[in-house]
Amino acid sequence: MSAHDLDGAIDPHGDVSVDELALAAELAGSGERAASADIAEYALWLGDDALILSQQLGAWITYAPELEEDVALGNIALDLLGHARSFLRYAGSWDGRSEDDLAYFRDEAEFRSSWLVEQPNGDFAQTIARQFLVSTYMLELYSALRGSTDATFAAIAEKAVKEVDYHRDHAVQWVLRLAGGTAESRARIIRAFADVWPYAAELFRDDELIDRLGDAAVRPSSLQAGFDAVTEAVFAEAELDIPAGSASAGGGRHGSHATGLGHLLSEMQVLARRHPGATW
Amino acid sequence: MVTGLRERAWEAAAAVKDPEVPVLTIEDLGVLRDVTVDGDRIRVDITPTYSGCPAMDTIRDDVELALIRAGFGEVEVRLVLAPAWTTDWMTEEGKRKLTEYGIAPPSGHAALRQAQGPVRISLGVRCPRCGSLDTRELSRFGSTSCKALYECRACLEPFDHFKVI
Repeated sequence: MSAHDLDGAIDPHGDVSVDELALAAELAGSGERAASADIAEYALWLGDDALILSQQLGAWITYAPELEEDVALGNIALDLLGHARSFLRYAGSWDGRSEDDLAYFRDEAEFRSSWLVEQPNGDFAQTIARQFLVSTYMLELYSALRGSTDATFAAIAEKAVKEVDYHRDHAVQWVLRLAGGTAESRARIIRAFADVWPYAAELFRDDELIDRLGDAAVRPSSLQAGFDAVTEAVFAEAELDIPAGSASAGGGRHGSHATGLGHLLSEMQVLARRHPGATW
Repeated sequence: MVTGLRERAWEAAAAVKDPEVPVLTIEDLGVLRDVTVDGDRIRVDITPTYSGCPAMDTIRDDVELALIRAGFGEVEVRLVLAPAWTTDWMTEEGKRKLTEYGIAPPSGHAALRQAQGPVRISLGVRCPRCGSLDTRELSRFGSTSCKALYECRACLEPFDHFKVI
């Protein structure tokens, strides 16, 4: 998140100005604050998935297998951070919190991210397997969210869908390459999918929140068919079997998280908490 | 009178350069969406190229400064997301300047890209240095969000390509 607000003025943390709130709403294109607590909650679902995945991918910079991949994963992380900022600003417009309040000053149980994005980076294959599943889901999600009755969600999705299209493409290319590469790369991508696959199911679970939101939100279960069609096509092309195994319990949407999230948050939040209002 | 004001304001805003590709103005890029005049108040709408584009803060400040320098008192710069930016909005002049600068402009239209399924084909990208079409993509992601990295097999130089989105 920027230490400066978009007016270019220093933004001391916790000092949420009226201007900042107006900007939050206008950036999303609606000029209004979030319509209800439910809308804000749904914005957290989407924003937290993007934020946590962005933070995960950022950790690859200088560690990826090749320089181009440092750049690719860094760029994907940057797009995701942009989506997260839009969603978190919108979520915060409901109760007057800034995007930085939401990113840096919420505790683990207040996050709404799903377990899939919380899975550790692992080796490169595991990151790619997670990236393939998440970006395939996100592409389906944002395609559908463009038709949301909430103008802000529709606008964020309209923008995000084009970027996530590139993210999925990147992941598909790597899945094909790793599966068709050496015996080692193939063994690793198979193991990676076996590890992360159980966590995808949570993304397609409906919830009372979604019932209450109606056409403002996208019903998670409605995305399953599109997701299955893409994964089946890519797995067939890569000559991989769809992993067997039961779905994980999940619980991220209600604040119960995978083991890794606490560590990730402590690293992400330490600077902001240790030096509130720090700017550079 | 009001029309004259709007034109002057547009002209001032349109001259602002992209901080990362300084040969392009925000008008060339299609980032400048609208200028409206309401009494003494000027409102400028700009749209980000990518959701995470870090240049937007600078562009926003630069537009405000440009308008104040042009004599406008009350200036509001709004960032709008919808309709979403597309490389189709880049002007022909912008594409020409990009090529001269050493960056291959977007090839083809965004609609063509979206019509494709999960397996993509890309249109030929012409080397901005020697003009050869014998080029290949090194990485779909480049030095900034909006660019991919290519190399030319004829002159052997690497170059940036502005991605179609």
